Amino acid sequence: MGRNRSDLIVFVGKRLLQLIPVVLGVIVITFFFTHVATQNPCAVWAGAHATADQVQACIVRFGLDRPLTDQFWRYLTTLLSGDWGANPRGGVPVLLSISSAFPATLELVLASLFIMTVLGIPLGVIAANGAGRWADHLVRVFYLSGWATPTYLGAVVLAIAVGPAIGLPTKGDFASTPPFARLTHMSVLDALLALDFPAAGDALLHLILPASALALLNLGIATRMTRTSMLEVLPLDFVKTARMKGLSDFVVLYKHALRNALISTVTILGITAGVLLSGTVVIETIFQWPGIGAYAYDAIKGYNFPGTIAVVIVFAIAVVISNLLSDVLYGILDPRVEWR
Amino acid sequence: MANETRSSLGGDATAERSLRGKVSHLRELLRPFIRVLRANPLTLVGFILVVIISVTAVLVALVPVITQLVLGHPILLTPYDPNGISTDYSQGPSLKHLLGTDKLGLDIFSRVLTALPLDLAIGVGIAGFALLAGGGLGLVAGYWDKPRTIGGAISAVILRVTDVFLAFPSLVLALAIAASLGRGTVPSMLAVLLTWWPYYVRLTRGEVLAVKHRPYVVAARAAGVSEVRILFRHVLRNLIEPLLVYYTLDIGTVIITFSTISFVGIGVPLEVSEWGTMVEAYEQLLLTHPWTVLAPGAAIFITVLAFSLFGDGLRDILDPRSRRTLVQAVAPTTLPGQVAVSAEA
Repeated sequence: MGRNRSDLIVFVGKRLLQLIPVVLGVIVITFFFTHVATQNPCAVWAGAHATADQVQACIVRFGLDRPLTDQFWRYLTTLLSGDWGANPRGGVPVLLSISSAFPATLELVLASLFIMTVLGIPLGVIAANGAGRWADHLVRVFYLSGWATPTYLGAVVLAIAVGPAIGLPTKGDFASTPPFARLTHMSVLDALLALDFPAAGDALLHLILPASALALLNLGIATRMTRTSMLEVLPLDFVKTARMKGLSDFVVLYKHALRNALISTVTILGITAGVLLSGTVVIETIFQWPGIGAYAYDAIKGYNFPGTIAVVIVFAIAVVISNLLSDVLYGILDPRVEWR
Repeated sequence: MANETRSSLGGDATAERSLRGKVSHLRELLRPFIRVLRANPLTLVGFILVVIISVTAVLVALVPVITQLVLGHPILLTPYDPNGISTDYSQGPSLKHLLGTDKLGLDIFSRVLTALPLDLAIGVGIAGFALLAGGGLGLVAGYWDKPRTIGGAISAVILRVTDVFLAFPSLVLALAIAASLGRGTVPSMLAVLLTWWPYYVRLTRGEVLAVKHRPYVVAARAAGVSEVRILFRHVLRNLIEPLLVYYTLDIGTVIITFSTISFVGIGVPLEVSEWGTMVEAYEQLLLTHPWTVLAPGAAIFITVLAFSLFGDGLRDILDPRSRRTLVQAVAPTTLPGQVAVSAEA
């Protein structure tokens, strides 16, 4: 194995093949927990005022009276044929909800990754440059505070106290239903595609608070990682050479050292995608963001089994793919890595 | 006066000397701790906080039980009954109610204090279970990984199952499990428990793989030391430090995850005092009665921060590499997928 393009293709292909057993396992586990542990979901699905007959009809209709293996086989075969099922309450197709919710979440996650990068990396450089001194301690307190604040607490404070105080919107993605078609379901992108710039600005304002709340959680990871790898790079000869050439501190730190230190930071950001996705469940519920996290919450609470399984599948695929992306990125940035 | 003291001490010279010997031996053992605590005051702060929090939790949990057994009636360490409704509705913080009261007249300070043993026990217990279960599986998967042997087959199965669980964002799986088991303290504990072990498998396995081909392990095997003895005496010893650091940091993460399940309303029921449940119950009062939300929030924050500061410093104490005294160009030996994400935070 080496560093040819064909090696990279084999590497990516192998990892994508590993996705199949992972997704299958995820489906089995989620199916088991939803269908075995929940007692009589039809009491919820048929509605609060349903008669015993209606509940019985519901049980027959969804095949809950059959053996579990039968039910699982039926679910798996319909899923493989491309039918993700529908919410048992109301019958909205799962795929429809997911395909409009996922881009909205992607937008939120990308915005929060942006905030993490823009804030976290300079903080890490500052901490490393003053390692062991007050700047380092201050940065350490800052990122550990972010780590120690539960996502929901930060989000509640931002949504209820900070947002109204500084006049930022705290609910949804637009102030009013936009007049243009939602092509991508990413609010800012949709507004830009429709050339509706006031709406794009509005969408951007709506994005600030939820994205910040989400970024707060993981800011520490970016900072900590940058600090650690900067500490590894700073004593190296090429940094000393740059300093001896009389270059300014800023150029030495940000142009010479950071470039090498960033390799591990960038890849860590990819791995945090899973943590960020978990965070969206809470953030989107509090900020009423129309994404997959809010859908996951509704599906879990409403015993929407096909919806729950679908969300978990999408999350699992997203986590595996972003891990793969960060591995590939690492290999591209660091010429010493071989694809294997 | 001074002379007298000196002479009376001098009479006990042998005992004093042996005591001094013990003290200096202890000091030798604690030297790395003392050095790091001096160099990094934040670790000291974290350590003191962890001690205070743990002692308080144990007292709050045990004193009522012990007094019940000894005196026949429990003595609560909280100023009020955490579920005792009073006529002091929605009061601000005062000397009578340190952190104010809620709409039912429940004393917030008492509720926050009552929740401390529960939340702390969950953090320590669930992370501890994950450490033992995941660590054990990781040890097996890392040590007996030769392909085409029984051990190799077991390792492969362990790793595949771990991969599946790692691909889940654990909060989502925990929420799904908690929701299907129904609202309650035990179901939400089970939910976190079932999702928490996989990372320890990866961490332990990585460390085992790094250690098991070191020269001293090979030398021990060549000298005829049994495999089990090598595993426990030579390999396991080297795992304790990274696992301990990760465990300390993880306690806070478990507390946050558990309280998140409560916060979204599928975890601990409202009548049980738990920090996440309290934030959920009072969140709409943030502007009018901020103490009701900020007090449990601050309790989580301080607890998690204490363990993070302590764990962060523990890493510096236990891992000589992070002291960065001999930093040279170190080629990365692991792909980023194997890097401990949370441990870096």
